Amino acid sequence: MSKLHTVNKSPFEKSSLESCLAHASDGAAVLLFEDGIYGGLRGTAAAETVERALASVKVYVLGEDLKARGFGEDRLLNGISVVDYGGFVDLAAQADAVQAWL
Amino acid sequence: MSATVKKFLYLNRKAPYGTIYAWESLEVVLIGAAFDQDVSLAFVDDGVYQLTKGQETAGIGMKNFSPTYAALGDYEVTKIFVEQESLQERGLSLDDLQHLVWEDEDEDYAEKDSIALVSRAEMAALMDESDVVFSF
Repeated sequence: MSKLHTVNKSPFEKSSLESCLAHASDGAAVLLFEDGIYGGLRGTAAAETVERALASVKVYVLGEDLKARGFGEDRLLNGISVVDYGGFVDLAAQADAVQAWL
Repeated sequence: MSATVKKFLYLNRKAPYGTIYAWESLEVVLIGAAFDQDVSLAFVDDGVYQLTKGQETAGIGMKNFSPTYAALGDYEVTKIFVEQESLQERGLSLDDLQHLVWEDEDEDYAEKDSIALVSRAEMAALMDESDVVFSF
């Protein structure tokens, strides 16, 4: 059972990312999009939590949302992959289920 | 000029695009600029993300309203306060933000910085000194 978790809220405004990472099983995929992309950036107060999670889950960021907010891929934590909208669809199609963290 | 000039503070605490707050705030500030009041803008918490440079929104199909911040000086909105701690928590520095300026007509249109970096304590004092706080 491999799941795709999606997070679209800023980690500084809501606990969605923290709760998602605390509940995601080993091997799960986590996609950060919309304001969720702030959780993938380096040097933030949330970075340590995400870095710890990267050991057991795969983390993706939606490139279009990253770019819209003024950040390049070079600002992401090591180990995070960038996908486009097509990649988002692929991740959803590959997963057994999608779970949204609002 | 009206008899009583009130100190207005627009408090911005939301990231752009994810919600409508940032854009709405900017609209209200521009409308409010038509009235002669003492206007200050505060960017706190995720609000600091509104000012990042290099925003390109074509990919998400939304209007990129970030260039509008650069026009605030022309509307005599010249006091923009950014909280240092909010930047730090997000791994950001002043270099990640747009360089916003205004022209001082009393000093031969000298270009001056609009953004002032302030501490959380200074931001708290700014809030206390304001007559009206508009929250976004």
